[in-house]
Amino acid sequence: MTVTNNAGPGSDVEVRTDLITVVIDGVEMQVPKGTLVIRAAEQLGIEIPRFCDHPLLEPVAACRACLIEVEGMPKPQPACAQVLSDGMNVKTQYSSDVAREAQEGVMEFLLLNHPLDCPVCDKGGECPLQNQAMSVGRPDTRFDGAKREFEKPINVSAQILLDRERCVSCARCTRFADQIAGDPLIDLLARGAKQQVGTADDVPFDSYFSGNTVQICPVGALTSASYRFRSRPFDLVSVPTTCEHCASGCSLRTDYRRGVVARRLAWDDPEVNEEWNCDKGRYAFAYLAEGRIDSPMIRENGELRVASWPEAIAVAAQGLADAKGRAGVLVGGRSTVEDAYAYARFARTVLGTDDIDFRVRQTSDEETQFLASSVAGAPVTTTYDGLEGAPAVLLVSFEPEDESPIVFLRLRKAAKRGTAVVSVAPFASAGLTKMSGRLLPTRPGAEAAALRALPEDVRAQLGEDGAVIMVGERAAGSAGTLSAAVELAQQTGARLAWVPRRAGERGALDAGALAGLLPGGRPLEDAQARAQVAEAWGIEPGELPGGNGRSGQALLEAARDGVFDALLVGGVELADFPDPALATAAIDAAGFVVSLENHHSAVTQRADVVLPVAVVTEKSGTFIDWEGRPRPFSQVFRDALTMSDARVLSMIASAAGVTAPGDVRSLRAELGGLGPWSGGRFTAPAEASGEAPAGTVLASWRLLLDAGLMQEGNPHLAATARPTVAVVSKATAAALGETATVTGPAGSVTLPVVAADIADGVVWVPMNSPGCHIHADLGVVPGASVQLSAGGAA
Amino acid sequence: MPISDTTRDQLQELVARYPRPRSALMPMLHLVQSLEGEVTSEGIAACAEAAGVSAAEATAVASFYTMYKRKPVGKHHIGVCTNTMCGLLGGDEVYAAVSERLGVGHDEPTADGEFWLERIECQAACTHAPVMTVDWEYMDDVTPTSAVDVIDRLARGEEVRSTRGPVIRDFRASEHSLAFPEDGLAAEGTPVDEKMLVGLRLARELGMAAPDAPVAGTTNDAGQEG
Amino acid sequence: MALTPVITEHWDDPELFTIDGYRRHGGYRALESAIHQDPDALIALVKDSGLRGRGGAGFPTGLKWSFVPQDGKPHYLVVNGDESEPGACKDIPIMLANPHSLVEGVIITSYAIRANHAFIYIRGEVPEAIRRVANAVREAREAGYIGKNILGSGFDLDVVVHAGAGAYICGEETALLDSLEGFRGQPRLKPPFPAVAGLYAAPTVINNVETICNIPYLVDRGVDWFRQFGTEKSPGFKVFAISGHVNRPGIYEAPLGITMRELLDYAGGMRDGREVKFWLPGGSSVPMLTADHLDLPLTYEDIAAAGSMLGTGTPMLFDDTVSVVKAVTRWLEFYKHESCGQCTPCREGTYFITGTLERFEEGHGTDREMDTLADLCGQISGRSFCALGDAAATPYPAAMKYFRDEFVAATSTPVDQQFDPAASYVFSGAIAR
Repeated sequence: MTVTNNAGPGSDVEVRTDLITVVIDGVEMQVPKGTLVIRAAEQLGIEIPRFCDHPLLEPVAACRACLIEVEGMPKPQPACAQVLSDGMNVKTQYSSDVAREAQEGVMEFLLLNHPLDCPVCDKGGECPLQNQAMSVGRPDTRFDGAKREFEKPINVSAQILLDRERCVSCARCTRFADQIAGDPLIDLLARGAKQQVGTADDVPFDSYFSGNTVQICPVGALTSASYRFRSRPFDLVSVPTTCEHCASGCSLRTDYRRGVVARRLAWDDPEVNEEWNCDKGRYAFAYLAEGRIDSPMIRENGELRVASWPEAIAVAAQGLADAKGRAGVLVGGRSTVEDAYAYARFARTVLGTDDIDFRVRQTSDEETQFLASSVAGAPVTTTYDGLEGAPAVLLVSFEPEDESPIVFLRLRKAAKRGTAVVSVAPFASAGLTKMSGRLLPTRPGAEAAALRALPEDVRAQLGEDGAVIMVGERAAGSAGTLSAAVELAQQTGARLAWVPRRAGERGALDAGALAGLLPGGRPLEDAQARAQVAEAWGIEPGELPGGNGRSGQALLEAARDGVFDALLVGGVELADFPDPALATAAIDAAGFVVSLENHHSAVTQRADVVLPVAVVTEKSGTFIDWEGRPRPFSQVFRDALTMSDARVLSMIASAAGVTAPGDVRSLRAELGGLGPWSGGRFTAPAEASGEAPAGTVLASWRLLLDAGLMQEGNPHLAATARPTVAVVSKATAAALGETATVTGPAGSVTLPVVAADIADGVVWVPMNSPGCHIHADLGVVPGASVQLSAGGAA
Repeated sequence: MPISDTTRDQLQELVARYPRPRSALMPMLHLVQSLEGEVTSEGIAACAEAAGVSAAEATAVASFYTMYKRKPVGKHHIGVCTNTMCGLLGGDEVYAAVSERLGVGHDEPTADGEFWLERIECQAACTHAPVMTVDWEYMDDVTPTSAVDVIDRLARGEEVRSTRGPVIRDFRASEHSLAFPEDGLAAEGTPVDEKMLVGLRLARELGMAAPDAPVAGTTNDAGQEG
Repeated sequence: MALTPVITEHWDDPELFTIDGYRRHGGYRALESAIHQDPDALIALVKDSGLRGRGGAGFPTGLKWSFVPQDGKPHYLVVNGDESEPGACKDIPIMLANPHSLVEGVIITSYAIRANHAFIYIRGEVPEAIRRVANAVREAREAGYIGKNILGSGFDLDVVVHAGAGAYICGEETALLDSLEGFRGQPRLKPPFPAVAGLYAAPTVINNVETICNIPYLVDRGVDWFRQFGTEKSPGFKVFAISGHVNRPGIYEAPLGITMRELLDYAGGMRDGREVKFWLPGGSSVPMLTADHLDLPLTYEDIAAAGSMLGTGTPMLFDDTVSVVKAVTRWLEFYKHESCGQCTPCREGTYFITGTLERFEEGHGTDREMDTLADLCGQISGRSFCALGDAAATPYPAAMKYFRDEFVAATSTPVDQQFDPAASYVFSGAIAR
């Protein structure tokens, strides 16, 4: 905060000029104007007690625990709301009897109605009330009256429980819900000593971010159904980790006990997730332990049987080596950078193929070209902070609240400070509304045309310094959209950010797990790139395959057509492909399939060799978030025996006679040694605008909480998901009645109807929610033509 | 009971009264309370929608103010002030008598749905202590006997006139007036009573009046200690 | 000192509440003159008059008006008619009897501070006051005093009458603003002060009903006229509402500076020839005084010097049939009930103190608890979020100052055994039930 001027010549350290001098407990310090007493005291290591104060919430000065003395002021002042002014002399509890007595008095009051049931309270051991009662409270109480009683606990949602007796009315939870999440579904009810947190009668606190309230509750009033009574804080081992659920890149803390993850918390990373995360990241971790494949298996006489590692590795190595030059690789979008790099390297060195892709979703050649030209290996240009300071952010085929929730929180914060959020989408989603965003209503398929005919005022906003265009992965499904986004960025000077949904996609792209690309965005056809990579890999450039590999649809079709003798598949769910039947046929058609997996799947059912691999808690690694920022994490379970994909690939390579690193340190060193690529790049795509099909067109995206496999085993979380509904225009809704049936080539689904401000002839359904899986159930992708009828008969 | 279109129109009328919709939340809650004599979940949802807030926020507001009830009040709301002045000057006795007459305690409805009894706070009528209210209209200077008599007459359906207000209607009508106070009853009552006039009459009697112009030599010029 | 009916002068005219009745007595004359004056001149006039807020705090009204930045942003006038302070009963009678004086004052004030929107927030528990003020607003609108281009001045004004719903805290001006914005009535953090960021974060003046009712008379008759009443620091006249064990409780309007004894004489003295035991100059939130203080002039400065406050200027007088312990307990029950819950000292402190006092009332107090209570009041006073906490911490220490013996007695004997409740009733005794 106070920056001295001794950084030396040429230093780019910003020297603050708006500093004031204050004294806290006799220590003189300089702070920027506007600094609160409590924050300045923290800088000095002086901890003033607090409950309602939270650095990311507006001060309310309600709990009064932080009263301090300010020279010249007749009454003690709340440190959390008192702004320092030049020359102010502050005395905290350490140097002022007034402050100490005031704090002791407040602590006595806070404990009056508190049940002091610490021995059975989840918060005991990490409880700010407990801790501060010890540090600033009196040893005994003078209160011997009856404590206020409430029924305990009550559910404010399926996931969040509230013990009102423990609540100290700090309102952190209600303020978080309102100010940060934009979901004011809990509020303070009644008043005085009867004041309590609560919901409306039939409207639970189903917020994607509800778990944060448990974490910031300074007492044990809020607990989660999934962690309640699971552990004591002091029995837990904590490890900093990175969330694997999406490309937001949240820092987490994973707490485990006796080899089992007990809970996950948002960790403090001001540059990324601040102090928040979403409920999926917080609660969806049962999959880490449940239903795991625990030993290698090989197929014998059509049946999988357990095999030893040496046997399974030998069989896999033989089968893959035999297919050299006629093999394909599918890498799931959840790989770490290190694992994806190992796949990329394995494909080129062991399998001699460039037929590789990490995108288990709808893709297009246009997208492949876009990723190769504009994203792979590109330096970080747009960050969370950049969003916060952006004059305008244009969202294209991207619903941040569902598809990258921490981007949503940051955009909402930005919007509250004046950032104009504009969205090219079929209708104004709940998330867009919470960002006070402006909708440019667009039929699915017509996104490119919308970008090329942007309203002049939006175009002008994008021309302002710092403006950002954020394109979601769904843009791949709408012809010309990515091309138009690149054009728009070039024309306006706005920065372009591509936001995939899965945590591993950006890293896999940068690691070269895509046909035509070597690590760092190097074109496989580029001689200099080949030379650099071949040297790193200890081979001759000529040994690298040519850069005419297949990806996306072409790769699957080739497999189905029997082009490959072998497929190497890592962490792929076939139902996630836009055409699950094609994907299944592709696996079936391959002569030999090796599956690296942690749970049984449609792929393992068809694989010849199944090799169990580590989940995120059993390995270290790195995800690269949408910004391009590496998010390394360490291994939670140090003694886990399960090997990472890279380690297993290294063993297969070795058995096939190729040396490949398998440990994270070597992989990082090798990848890092390649350095950034400064040579030639692919050119950006320039495809013409597509059109929305005639008739009823389908709009769809994945809800944050849906039928995703990594969310399995969390009934409390699932119960807070948004209902599966069909969104249509008011006129269409009136014609349809209560339910609608949406029909595609593969079948139909019947869902409750919700009317919204959406164009006639467009119907939105969730992509993969209970009761509606558009790929499997309907056989369609967003932008497809579907039939819509009244669902009454269903 | 579902909220009717008429009510929704009235909610919009209230919204239009203010620069921002949320400001209409309190009159809206009075309005929905006038429908069924309580603030129902449906009422809260309708108010929340019209005010542009969440149902939780509307619930929070409804629960903060003691005039909003979440169970049916019944035909008449009976308030007896037991704050210090009224209570000690006899309000405690009045409350006891009324409670006994109705067979209910604080913030409770009678079984027949005719009355709701509430121990109320200071009603800004200490000069008229002890004070009772019927559907929030003043019943000043009550005694246990006169209070019970009011209850009896209401129970019999007889006309009861507020001591400083109109003829008693019912709780729901009063709630409606709070949302739409131009209820045509402004001239109905005689709210200026002898206690409000006691000083004026005495001044007249004693020949006292405020001069309607400055009187020479009496002005407190600046600087002069008063 | 003589009684001086000004605001109350024509209350015996049953038509005064109508616009015609009000105009018969000179009503709206002040507006017709003010609306063509420079608004700043009106602010200066009110400043020069020394008029102090009649809601309890006594802040100089003209000064408050002058804080409003004249920067072209929308301004609001909000009238505080939430009269809920125990003992305060003067704004409601004004609104019942003379609502047009309030409406005229609102229009003049709005014009002076350049507010095009005014709100009159009246507690919901008195529908008669609300309907009378709403009726007056309607009549004024129909007469062209409210609306567009008022009296050809080019000034536009809309006035909204807003009903509260039962929350004492809404008398606190920032809680009132939150309430008026449709929130729970919990006080706001200050700064910013309402004059800078009030209703809808726009500059806002909040004045008490009686304060605003002074404005038409002040504008009509001038500063010199106004300042002939009262003292240098407490100029003007006051609507005193006298309640309790006096022979003629009711409304008495007199210059500030009149003594309690003079007012008590006008009110016919204490009933049955009894003595004043304790009295409160203006509401339960001001420290109680005793018979020794009856000769104090009722001014902001003199009452403050005696360790109390003029407050709302609505004296409550209790005779010797009343238990101080019981009176204090009842007030604390009120503060506990009305604590908004936002801050810890008030929310929990009123809970603690009230429970303890209730034991005293039952004769179960202890010496140690007498000290604890004093301590607890100290833990609230000056440490709560708003003045409600300070108010709740007031009755006990004040009572202990003069009537410690009664608390000591309450450590052994129930209060009702010491003081027959029926003796303090204003009707004869308890009825047989």
